[in-house]
Amino acid sequence: MEKALKIFFCLLAVTLSFGVNAQSDVEMADTMRSEGKIYVVVSIILIVLAGLIAYLFIMDRKVKKLEDQLTDKKH
Amino acid sequence: MKTWLKLTAIALLFYVHIAGLLFDVPRLNILNETIRALYFHVPMWFGMVLLFLISFIYSIRYLGKPSPETDRKVVAYANVGLVLGILGILTGMLWANYTWGSPWHGDPKQNGAAIALLVYLAYFVLRGSLDNEEQRARLSAVYNIFAFAAMIPLIFIIPRMTSSMHPGSGGNPGFNMYDLDSSMRLIFYPAVIGWFLIGLWIASIRIRIKTIEEKILELEDGKSA
Repeated sequence: MEKALKIFFCLLAVTLSFGVNAQSDVEMADTMRSEGKIYVVVSIILIVLAGLIAYLFIMDRKVKKLEDQLTDKKH
Repeated sequence: MKTWLKLTAIALLFYVHIAGLLFDVPRLNILNETIRALYFHVPMWFGMVLLFLISFIYSIRYLGKPSPETDRKVVAYANVGLVLGILGILTGMLWANYTWGSPWHGDPKQNGAAIALLVYLAYFVLRGSLDNEEQRARLSAVYNIFAFAAMIPLIFIIPRMTSSMHPGSGGNPGFNMYDLDSSMRLIFYPAVIGWFLIGLWIASIRIRIKTIEEKILELEDGKSA
C-alpha cells in the first residue's frame, strides 16, 4: 500500500514537472490561469461531480433497501 | 459492485477533473485550450466500447446457456453503453463546432459513430417489439452480436480507410500528435478507467432493479396461483 502511494506521488510529481514547458505564441487561456479564475471553474465542476456521485450512492442504497424488503417478504 | 471499486472510480474522476483542467497541455494551433476535451470526450467512447464488449460477451454466453439473469446483464450493459455513446457524440459535435467549423461535418468518423449508435438503438426497438420473454432474449442476443460486429468497423476501421479529420483516422495519428511527452496519457487513462467503472456501477444498479421487478412478478404469480 505504502509503495503504491509512493508510486502515485512520484507520477504526480513527474506530471507536474511537465508544466515547465516553454511558452510559445499559440493562444491559450493564460490570463484566466494567472488570475486564478480557473479554480472557480474547477470547483464548480467538482461540485456537480460530487453531487451526481452522491445521488448515485443514494440510488444504490434505495435499491439495497428494496432487495432487503423482498427477502423479508419471501420468508 | 464492490465498494472499493466505486471509491476508486470516484477518486480517479476527481483526479481527472482537477488535473485535466489545471495541468499543462501541449500548445497547438486551432485546438488551443480545447485539447483538454480529450480527457472528457474520448473516455465516453472508450467506456461505450468496453460496455458493449461486456454486453457482447454475455450475449454469446446467453446463446450457449440461456437464463433470464444473463439476459438482464446483456440489456443493462448495452443500455449504459448507449448513454455514454450519446454523450460522446454530443461532446464531439460541440468540439467539432469550434475546431472543424460546424457541429456535423459528415466526417467518416462522425457518420460511423452515428450509424453505430443507431444500430444499438435498434437493439432496444427489437426488444420492445417482442412480448415473449424467451424469444425476446434469444433474438436480441443474436442481434447484439451483430451490432457489436457492425460497430467495430464503423468506428475503428472505415474512418481509417478514407480521409477523416478525426485524430486516429485516415492516416491521422491518434494521440501521438498531441502528447509528445505522453503527459496527457497520465490523465487520459485514469479518465477511461474512472468512467468505465462508473458505467459498470450504473449497470449493476439497473440489473438489480430488473431482478427486483422480476422477483415481485414471481411473488404475484405465486399468490394468484
